Amino acid sequence: MAAIPFKRHSAQWYVRQIARNVVVYGLLIGLGAIFILPFLWSVTSSLRETGAPLSFPPQFLPTQFNWGNYVRVFEMIPFATFFRNSVIVTTLAVFGELLSASLVAFGFARLRFPGRNLLFIVLLSTMMIPYPVTMIPSFILWVRGLGMANTFGPLVLPPFFGPAFSIFLLRQFFMTINTELDEAAKIDGASEFRIYWQIILPLAKPALATIAIFSFMANWNDFLTPLIYLSDRNLYTLALGINFLRNMRGGGELALQMAGAVMFVAPCIILYFLAQRFVIQGIVTTGLKG
Amino acid sequence: MHMAQAVAAPVAASRKRGVFGSPLTRREAIMGYLFISPWLIGFVVFLAGPIIASFVLSFTRYSPGRDPVWLGLSNYARMFSDDLFYHSLRVTTIYTLFSVPLGLITALGLAVLLNQKVIGQRVFRTIFYLPSLISGVAVAIVFAWIFNARFGVVNYFLSLLGLPGPNWLGDPDWTMPAFILMSLWGVGGTVVIFIAALQGVPLELYEAAQLDGAGSWKRFLHITLPMISPVILFSLITGIIGTFQTFAVSYIMTGGGPANASLFYLLYLYRNAFTWFEMGYASALAWFLFLIILICTAILLRTSDLWVHYEGLGRK
Repeated sequence: MAAIPFKRHSAQWYVRQIARNVVVYGLLIGLGAIFILPFLWSVTSSLRETGAPLSFPPQFLPTQFNWGNYVRVFEMIPFATFFRNSVIVTTLAVFGELLSASLVAFGFARLRFPGRNLLFIVLLSTMMIPYPVTMIPSFILWVRGLGMANTFGPLVLPPFFGPAFSIFLLRQFFMTINTELDEAAKIDGASEFRIYWQIILPLAKPALATIAIFSFMANWNDFLTPLIYLSDRNLYTLALGINFLRNMRGGGELALQMAGAVMFVAPCIILYFLAQRFVIQGIVTTGLKG
Repeated sequence: MHMAQAVAAPVAASRKRGVFGSPLTRREAIMGYLFISPWLIGFVVFLAGPIIASFVLSFTRYSPGRDPVWLGLSNYARMFSDDLFYHSLRVTTIYTLFSVPLGLITALGLAVLLNQKVIGQRVFRTIFYLPSLISGVAVAIVFAWIFNARFGVVNYFLSLLGLPGPNWLGDPDWTMPAFILMSLWGVGGTVVIFIAALQGVPLELYEAAQLDGAGSWKRFLHITLPMISPVILFSLITGIIGTFQTFAVSYIMTGGGPANASLFYLLYLYRNAFTWFEMGYASALAWFLFLIILICTAILLRTSDLWVHYEGLGRK
């Protein structure tokens, strides 16, 4: 902690500082190594020679580079199709979530209507409801009611109907934007939609980016929803696809599983590095864990 | 906490003007409903409707394509004589009891470490955060190998220490420890939240305590912990809600085995609903899950007065 200024430090103080640093760096490096090891090990394993006996002790840094393993994954499973499916589902879901959440949040933050506070409390309390409670009737609705089994509908349409968490986050953000701008625009005769589109949305770009990233991660990685609704293999998302690879004949090969896993995870990691600022801000302000 | 404040502000605003006072405010109200209509529709169709349906279904025998048969309370009665129900509940509870507190302690320890002035702070933060970006699917596929009895990374390190490596995912006694260890790899999100909380603690408090001669452990115990306790409570609640819905890792990595050692509650529910098409019974299981989560949250919130410190409110 901050040392008290203008105090001469004793030799003992310096010894303690050094000991403290040794402990702190020792723990950080040791624990950091444990946390990063599964990454190193999976990448290394993805590049090993297929069919060769597994090495023990395990290797953490690659000595061979069989990039062909990545190509083999494309041959064994329709990887490109799964990837495309994941991109379609994720893009549409992110778009739907941004659009609906921002519209609804604008309504709650900027417009006055009877019952607004009660409805907002209802919205907040819906965040408490665990997914399994609505899972079964939703399935019946989508599959038997709307005939949308083996379509992307059940994965892509719900985000267009206002996911509560994103609405809450955006509404909080909109509340911090000064109302003087919209009052002025209103006097000039601007419609509510124009205020939303031309004043609020451009100012909310950081919050929208945060929501987009978390929505991307959630949809890209979702396993349960596609598992329930998609049984046609051509419609599999990548999350189902790499599990399928693992369970198919010849899929028991470590290198191929790891190559698949690396390619599945890569977009999330890349997105994180591109948008680190928004991710960290998002976690801090919402308590969302990614 | 801040939800109450957030709701209070617009109440004041709407009282200043009357409701439906003029054509202008009427127009604004109509626009308001239009703007929130996506959520209103979604709430009715995808939430309120399914919740009611799920509740009704839980009193029936139903599989798709057949008419539901009214059973009264028998699904609930059946739960309490169903060994697998008890078993999956026990598996999930044990997992929650270990992985949530251990996760919080690990996250807090890492957050304190990362909050020190160290060289390469950003790099370390990234290293600890990255695993939490990895989804259940990829985690399950990678860790199935890492816990491999003969070639796995974990057993390699145990062998370096001269310890015999267990058959983690093949021995029912070792499966739960493997799942708990694995969950610790993903604490990065909580670490970030805790770091933010640590940075929010006013430095004056530490300086004052230091002048009073409090050592670093005492300062941690009497300043840091109380000041970040609201965040700990929040992470505890979201953690429990999360672990009670564990699904993908057990579905992929062990399929609930060996000998049902990793038959998590949601996996059992999923099988009832989508493998055996016992959707009525599965709905009853879902409602029971909802009840457990509600009770846990209520207990934690009720008892939080005892250990959570809210700035500006003081202790009761």
